[in-house]
Amino acid sequence: MSATPLRKPSPDVTAFDVERIRGDFPILHNVRPHGKPLSFLDNAASSQMPQQVIDRLVRYETHEHANIHRGVHLLSTLATEAYEGARRSVQRFLNAKEEREIIFTTGCTEGVNLVMHGYGRKFIGAGDEIIVTHLEHHSNIVPWQMLCEEKGAKLRVAPIDDRGEVIQEAYDALFNERTKFVAISHVSNALGTINPVRRMIDVAHARGIPVLVDGAQAAPHIAVDVQALDCDFYAFSGHKVCGPTGSGALYGKAALLEKMQPFKGGGDMILSVTFEKTTFNTIPHKFEAGTPPIMPMIGLGAALDYLSAIGMDRIAAHEHALLEYATEQVSTLDGVRIIGTAREKAAVLSFYVGEVHPHDVGTLLDEEGVAVRTGHHCAQPVMQRFGVPATVRASFAFYNTFAEVDALVEAIRKVQKLFG
Amino acid sequence: MDSKQLYQEVILDHNRKPRNYGPLEGATHESEGLNPLCGDHIWLRLRVADDRIDAVAFEGQSCAICKASASMMTASIKGRSVGEAETLVTAFRGMVTGEMDPSTPGNPIGRLAVFSGVKDLPSRVKCAILPWHTLHAALGSQTVATTEGAQDPMGGAAS
Repeated sequence: MSATPLRKPSPDVTAFDVERIRGDFPILHNVRPHGKPLSFLDNAASSQMPQQVIDRLVRYETHEHANIHRGVHLLSTLATEAYEGARRSVQRFLNAKEEREIIFTTGCTEGVNLVMHGYGRKFIGAGDEIIVTHLEHHSNIVPWQMLCEEKGAKLRVAPIDDRGEVIQEAYDALFNERTKFVAISHVSNALGTINPVRRMIDVAHARGIPVLVDGAQAAPHIAVDVQALDCDFYAFSGHKVCGPTGSGALYGKAALLEKMQPFKGGGDMILSVTFEKTTFNTIPHKFEAGTPPIMPMIGLGAALDYLSAIGMDRIAAHEHALLEYATEQVSTLDGVRIIGTAREKAAVLSFYVGEVHPHDVGTLLDEEGVAVRTGHHCAQPVMQRFGVPATVRASFAFYNTFAEVDALVEAIRKVQKLFG
Repeated sequence: MDSKQLYQEVILDHNRKPRNYGPLEGATHESEGLNPLCGDHIWLRLRVADDRIDAVAFEGQSCAICKASASMMTASIKGRSVGEAETLVTAFRGMVTGEMDPSTPGNPIGRLAVFSGVKDLPSRVKCAILPWHTLHAALGSQTVATTEGAQDPMGGAAS
């Protein structure tokens, strides 16, 4: 299965200087859990921040802080330039055609909710159908359920197979004349599956149906090109791409954003207000009511510039090598069951250690300095599909090393010995 | 703390071979315990006569901390009065939330002190306390106990 149009990773993996990159991340050296070197393998939950981004945040607060789009004074101009500069960084990162197609959000969840309110509540009605997949994170399920409840619409779910891949024929078969919207993840947070989103978008577009892509787990790991994907909306979170929490962005095609209703009302999203009538601002400002989290968005811009300077293709190649090594090493352990074996995967390894509950595994791995996520990963339908209440999830970033994979494997061996 | 101090042989043993595990005939009280955050899910059943717990059993899916806690709890309350069981609930809860030192003279904790280390692992306190919440709920004829929200019979104080 092809995951086009992800650009092909560069074969030049050897040129990737992970030690130099690790030098950019103070937390990787500052923290020694239980006296052990930190192996931070919980990047799908939140990634760490390089010094370059931290410095950018400090510069804003020490040299540029003011409200944006308002004052005529110097600081307000500097803050506005920095904020709008970050928007251009997002535009470049996603290869969006126009700057005004980028709306700042507090994260991927807000992006999905913005589309649900702005598009869904205006254009979806009783009897209409919305398609999602069985792989979705709760944040790409619950807003659509809320909309269905409110409008009397129906949620249709594309099933997955035992590898954790969306069954494409079943997805195609869900479409009918009542289908009005499609919301799919680019990469599964629980299993790492990379969906063939370009293909899935084409199927929807053949019927004129718009598609939102939840890119929370894709943006940190693979080069995203929204024009090549031809998606109508693309949402992602800043704190998973080495930026601050409270930052994120939603891409939307300008023509769609223009016909949508605002998500929140307030300052900055209007052109004029009287008690009789309010005229909304143009996009993207129509969707950015009130004073936004300015510092986090500037940090997001700096984080995306940082990732771009390394190169998303090189990042993807290094992470893919880590995933292959980790999969191979973990597979050699007796009784460890890997959950999610899609042919196209991002660097996520979800597994179960024999009969040991994932929470016990997590606590004991932490003892060895290995930070992983344990639980249902806000994807309970995925857990139900595989008949487990939870999994242990190791998720890799470009600053992770093969030695950290070894630390993970060694720590799992200790768990097995203890529970032997 | 060193989490290996928590995963001591006695806890691992109760996890491997839980006592009073399975269904219970003729239960007079029962409750279902849920920890939605990690998926711990147990059922607790009791046979109470003349204010005395004659029989108790539990079953379900849970982590080692929760299962060992449930196992040792059932062993501790069998044959005790309802009042004594409630006193233990309060003491256990006090210990794992760090409000009660298990070395305090005269406290009823006894061998349950192996769980005292949980207080240093905030993410695991709920695992240890779930069986005790469920017991409290069952004795109060409440059919479901969870570690979250309105159904938490202890008022969610373990968070």
